[in-house]
Amino acid sequence: MAQILSPLPGTFYRSPSPDQPPFKADGDAVAVGEVIGLIEVMKSFHEVRSDVAGSGLRFVTDNEDPVMAGAVLAEVS
Amino acid sequence: MIRKLLVANRGEIAVRILRAAKDLGMATVAVHSEADRDSLHVQLADEAVCIGPPAAKKSYLSVAAILKAAEETGADAIHPGYGFLAENADFADAVVAAGLIWVGPSGEAIRLMGDKVSARSAAHAAGVPVVPGSMGRVKDIAEARQILMDTGFPVMIKAAAGGGGRGIRIAGDLAEFEAAFPQAAAEALAAFGDGGLYMEKVIGNARHIEVQVLGDGVDAIHCFERECSLQRRRQKVWEEAPSLALSPRQRDELCASAVRLARAVNYSGAGTIEYLFDDATGRFHFIEMNTRIQVEHPVTEMITGIDLVAEGLRIAGGEALRIRQAEVQVKGHAIEVRLNAEDPAKGFAPFPGTVEALRIPGGPGVRFESMLYAGYTVPPFYDSLLAKLVVHAETRAAAIQRLTRALGETRIDGIRTTKPLFLALAADPEVQAGRFHTRWLEGWLDRNAGRLTPEPDP
Repeated sequence: MAQILSPLPGTFYRSPSPDQPPFKADGDAVAVGEVIGLIEVMKSFHEVRSDVAGSGLRFVTDNEDPVMAGAVLAEVS
Repeated sequence: MIRKLLVANRGEIAVRILRAAKDLGMATVAVHSEADRDSLHVQLADEAVCIGPPAAKKSYLSVAAILKAAEETGADAIHPGYGFLAENADFADAVVAAGLIWVGPSGEAIRLMGDKVSARSAAHAAGVPVVPGSMGRVKDIAEARQILMDTGFPVMIKAAAGGGGRGIRIAGDLAEFEAAFPQAAAEALAAFGDGGLYMEKVIGNARHIEVQVLGDGVDAIHCFERECSLQRRRQKVWEEAPSLALSPRQRDELCASAVRLARAVNYSGAGTIEYLFDDATGRFHFIEMNTRIQVEHPVTEMITGIDLVAEGLRIAGGEALRIRQAEVQVKGHAIEVRLNAEDPAKGFAPFPGTVEALRIPGGPGVRFESMLYAGYTVPPFYDSLLAKLVVHAETRAAAIQRLTRALGETRIDGIRTTKPLFLALAADPEVQAGRFHTRWLEGWLDRNAGRLTPEPDP
């Protein structure tokens, strides 16, 4: 089981904007370099890219949750 | 009279307002999110109430949570600061409907000046020069062609429902305009659900000059202008007063126009009317009114000796304006720089973290507005402003010298800040000569960003 960690502290968002669907759903496959969410740090937005590949993505951080750097955002099996 | 003031904000402005309230003998209430339990505004207030989780939407933007905190603590007034709910007319109305004093202009005035089209009409009606363009929505391309006679090129096509720089197109000539106009309407409809457009002349290389006003709902005065032309991505980074660009006659006309507009909308409290000033023509044009206290208000306080936050609190408490226009005099020159938690060497990337050691500048003519203390952890959830360093001296040259001295004294260890930017700007001959406009800094950064390296860690 691999983990995708937050590179920055801030607020985690699963979709590019509130009126758009999430980048990824639970159970989706993910490739290295794919965007799985955004971190908002002091009003600026940063893409979170997966550094692992896998077939079953499972988010452990909810949309709009506050996170610290190094927090687990999702697990990949 | 206000007995107990609740400050519906955080950071340096909450600290600033709490200080003014205490100076006037008021009891004070801070509200804070779960991420701000250890913040200075919580420590300085007489009472503090946690109003929700870190996300601003669930705390500092929650009208229900703030009104509940006021009720629980018996506060009789609410000051919104800037940002968050400060320009939310519905919040202003809700505060009044709850039987509390709202520190600021009426919901009606906020609504009027918050809508770009109605603000422009109000300015025009008060005899304030506006940027040449449409007086509201443009009906069709035929009307647009008529308006072009007044604006010339380049011209901006803006989505009426847009904002914050979104939904803007610029046309350099008639052919470009004819192509862009229908595209802009279709885009605006798709993006905002409203295809309405308006038009404005593009004023190249303009300065941003704004006038501070104080009103009591009947009468209004001005406290002269501030120049805020040094901006990065439309965010001000360096503000000063007075502006070097204005002749005495231009200054009189500019400030008189601001007072006319403030009176026309029965403005109450501290507010700012923003203009573009065109060096080439010597003309100024209304852009918008900010119906709240502004970040850069201390610049005006330094040159006039007026405590704008305290005056706003007195007026909200029912007092008439105490200061007559003739009593407002400019003394010397003031400059404010915004120390943000951003790394200028890395494209101004945000840099939240813990302040390991702090050395605050001091001495004559130096003011440091901040919520920092040694050991404070800057949360990543809010804006990046850490401190405003404000200096005052007899002349502009002396103020720049003093700014350099005070920046040298300032140490915020553990966090990268925009301090290197201001040391470099203070040493720049163009800045020293006051030769800049609102797009000058971005060009300067393209050439000089490599020099903005942080200080070595101690």
